[in-house]
Amino acid sequence: MSTPPAILPKDAAAAEGKVNVQINGKWYRFPKGTRIADACNSVGAHVPCFCYHPKLSIAGSCRMCLVEQGMPPRQAPGTTPQYGDDGYLPISWMPRAVIACANTVAENMGIRTTSKLTEEARRGVLEFLLSNHPLDCPICDQAGECKLQEYTTDYGSGTHRFTEEKTKKGKNLSIGPRVNLDQERCVLCRRCVRFMKEIAGQDVLGVVGRGTHNAIACYPGTQLDSNYSMNVVDICPVGAMTSKDFRFKMRVWFLKSTPTIDVNCGTGTNINIWTREQQVYRITPRQNDAVNSCWMPDDHRLNYKFINGPQRITTPLVKTDAGAQQRPSTWDATLGMVVEQLHRMAPSETALICSARMTNEELYMVRALSKQLGITKMDIVPRKGESDGMLVSEDRNPNSNGAKLILGKTGAGLANIRRGVRNNTIRFMIVLGEDLTEEAGFTAEDLAGLEYLLVVHHSENATTKAADVVLPGVTFAEKYGTMINVTGRIQRLNKAIEPIGDSRSDWEICRNLSEGLGCDCVRVIACPTPMSVLDEMAQEFEPLEGITWGNIGNEGKVIMETGVTIPLIEREKAKK
Amino acid sequence: MSEIIYKPGREPHPRETRRIFRNIDRKGYDPSIKCFIKDGGYETLKKAMEMEPAAVTEEVKKSGLRGRGGAGFPTGVKWTFIPKGNTKPVYVVCNCDESEPGTFKDRFVVHQDPHQLIEGMIIACYAVQAHFGVIYMREEFPEAAKIMQKALKEAEEAGFLGENILGKGYDLKIILHRGAGAYICGEETGLINSIEGLRPYPRIKPPFFPAAIGLYGCPTIVNNVESLCQVRQVLMRGGEAYAAEGAQRSPGTRIIGVSGDVKRPGYYEIISGSMTFGELLYDVCGGPRRGRKFKAIIPGGASAKVMRCDEVLKGRNSDGSVKQLSIFDVPLDLDSIAQHGSMSGSGGIIVMDDSRSMPKVLNNINRFYAWESCGQCSPCREGNPWMLKLSTRICEGKASPEDVDLLKSVADNICGRTVCAFGEACSWPTQAFTTKFREEFLALTKPINALKPHSAEAKEARKFLTRED
Repeated sequence: MSTPPAILPKDAAAAEGKVNVQINGKWYRFPKGTRIADACNSVGAHVPCFCYHPKLSIAGSCRMCLVEQGMPPRQAPGTTPQYGDDGYLPISWMPRAVIACANTVAENMGIRTTSKLTEEARRGVLEFLLSNHPLDCPICDQAGECKLQEYTTDYGSGTHRFTEEKTKKGKNLSIGPRVNLDQERCVLCRRCVRFMKEIAGQDVLGVVGRGTHNAIACYPGTQLDSNYSMNVVDICPVGAMTSKDFRFKMRVWFLKSTPTIDVNCGTGTNINIWTREQQVYRITPRQNDAVNSCWMPDDHRLNYKFINGPQRITTPLVKTDAGAQQRPSTWDATLGMVVEQLHRMAPSETALICSARMTNEELYMVRALSKQLGITKMDIVPRKGESDGMLVSEDRNPNSNGAKLILGKTGAGLANIRRGVRNNTIRFMIVLGEDLTEEAGFTAEDLAGLEYLLVVHHSENATTKAADVVLPGVTFAEKYGTMINVTGRIQRLNKAIEPIGDSRSDWEICRNLSEGLGCDCVRVIACPTPMSVLDEMAQEFEPLEGITWGNIGNEGKVIMETGVTIPLIEREKAKK
Repeated sequence: MSEIIYKPGREPHPRETRRIFRNIDRKGYDPSIKCFIKDGGYETLKKAMEMEPAAVTEEVKKSGLRGRGGAGFPTGVKWTFIPKGNTKPVYVVCNCDESEPGTFKDRFVVHQDPHQLIEGMIIACYAVQAHFGVIYMREEFPEAAKIMQKALKEAEEAGFLGENILGKGYDLKIILHRGAGAYICGEETGLINSIEGLRPYPRIKPPFFPAAIGLYGCPTIVNNVESLCQVRQVLMRGGEAYAAEGAQRSPGTRIIGVSGDVKRPGYYEIISGSMTFGELLYDVCGGPRRGRKFKAIIPGGASAKVMRCDEVLKGRNSDGSVKQLSIFDVPLDLDSIAQHGSMSGSGGIIVMDDSRSMPKVLNNINRFYAWESCGQCSPCREGNPWMLKLSTRICEGKASPEDVDLLKSVADNICGRTVCAFGEACSWPTQAFTTKFREEFLALTKPINALKPHSAEAKEARKFLTRED
């Protein structure tokens, strides 16, 4: 006679709002409503999926996630359930496999992901998917990150029995300015169709044809030109949707991915930068449900060419005589010259313009430098645009909140500085990370009229051309640092590649200048890394209290209330 | 009621019991409402509307009526699946997408006696308190669409549809919706998607059981044309009286469409279980054509598993002892046919005599399913053309014996792994044909290397893989 425990597992689980599920012979507890696929994956019982995407509606059509499922037999009326020693009811296994994506867990449910039934179902589905697939992995961009390839090695049969003629469909179709489609590689999971309809709000993709001639296509007269179109390349589990930008550029297994954030707007979309040998090849979104979900806008994604572009300044440039050409120099010589010059400049006649595209650490060092020099005329260049109602914030600076925190009130001094330059009360200028002739409203004449212009920037532009000294800075891909996004979340930038040429990070340049100027604050001049700068800041600024490089993590931390929200994230929350 | 006289040469067989088909081929009968009312039409509706809606459902449940679309699900039980405390509108959809090969029953109702369907549908709508109904008619019935449109207008003018029906304060609108020529639209959730203007991809169940989440996300009852006509019969006769007639677990009459190699193919309405296959095929349909012998029977539309006529089946006597019988001894009701490994489905019986090549029959069926697969889920989309290519190759004599096993194995990989029942519908014929007539398939094959590529394209590609030394 079996003796079930006094408190049955089902009651214990129910008290926590959970249910007991047996996966491959072991019992686990999951919250009610958990999808079988998620439950299995969370305990290491891998369930392969093509069509299932947690952010999209359920299609249930790829049939890849079939698993063997069982439930206790239905209780005959008038009988009492017979619990076993472990407190569970016996499971009777169903003869048909069920899909793990559409079904949710239930009390006393059993799942087998490694049984014969499951394995045969997977092998069968894979064989079907491969039967009309062109098997062109050697020339396919997706190879190496292709779900079909991975699952075939994991669960496929190794040989194939299909020797008939394959179905012919469209190849290398341009369905939009940034995306190409290969209908033969497609497994018709319809993730792209659902994404464009449900997330991007541009319902242009659909399926045409019947049976084996099913194919993804654009609605006649339209094309896939949304600013979020390239996300379909990310979510495509196979090589059907490919990025025109990345096509045939590099094998993905040669690439290293670095988790960091996007700096094109205040949202601070989480991204991965994919690099090989100091060259950036692509940027993809990284999931962060509080910032960007799984998506990112195309224009931000493609804004990386400048990192390895021909405009990069790789050595310090100096102009020794008025009217002469800038010539390359060394850091030691240039810094010496700059320090000498800075000593000569009257603080009242000097202005400093830095950028809200700089990291907190850089801004902190800029502030230290300005204190050392006694400069009071100081500002950033604000950038306002229109929000797209999705992920692009109206604040196009990635770190406005950081600048506000570290520099105090910003944006008001810029007009004064401009006036000062024009009426000659400002004769010296230090510019970091900005091109003044663009959004800052300065003209080439304004800059030409200055007595001395020191610019720190990573790429050549009208301002660097007018400068007396240019110090090569680095782009966001070459530095560590933190930024605070529009919602008050502090996030980390990671270094994906080494600084190009002789360029240096702005915080380092500022530290060295302060040191050269005779700064005696050990806490500034002895900082070895941006992480230690962050530690210094944590001592000084209240919102940063307790913040360290380590505890920010890859997902960031909310450190201040701003009242600003990200529309796409709000919609996603509302859906739940 | 006057005596019914049928058109000459179209008289029903004496063993038939015409209920649904009472007015089919009837002399002087036309699809107008006048003719229908003269014959006692809409009287049942009046009777039903005197009852509470729940009582109507109860009556249908009591009758034991089982759906006539193919799956045989109890109609009354289906109606009770509408969630309790539902606040959304309820819809009733009549599935008139009769597209199972070998089935021809609903077409006669909608062409010759449309008001019978409308009356049955109004009763069903009343029972589940739906105020909107859709008749989904397949594209291939253009004439019936016109007739039905006219009939709906007549019914509305006569006060059986529209607002305040029969002064009972019940409103109902029924519209006609045309399909565009796809077999899959007969699948109830595919049909619902089609009405919504989407691709008729069947929905996944769970969660999209139509009675809970159907048309536009509202509870929806989808019933076949014949089922709705039977609802009228149930109310006319009373649930208990209906249940008393015919086979115990599938009462009432059934319309059987016999096609193929018999002397008198056609439609026959019989009391369920009242005769065996033998009686139907030999006595009613006149037996095989001259000098031929029956070879195989598909008992319920092309998707049902084929039965061999020389097959020895096992049955049980009433005392529990085992008896041997042939397909001709099996009575024509849902359970008896299912018990012997096939299904009664939609009632379309396809008969083949010894002049037929079974691989060719299967190839024909496979061509149909390969063309009609909607393409939503992988096994069906890719499996069907594969089965077609294999069976074509077998018929052309270009296959090896291994290919017959491969064909069966492909079918096994589809069955039970798809979104909708199409997976079973397309794989059952292949499974049954290759198992039961294996020798015929093998006879067409040649022992050639199974791995040898068969297509010109594959041969071309193979050139680069073989070393020539």
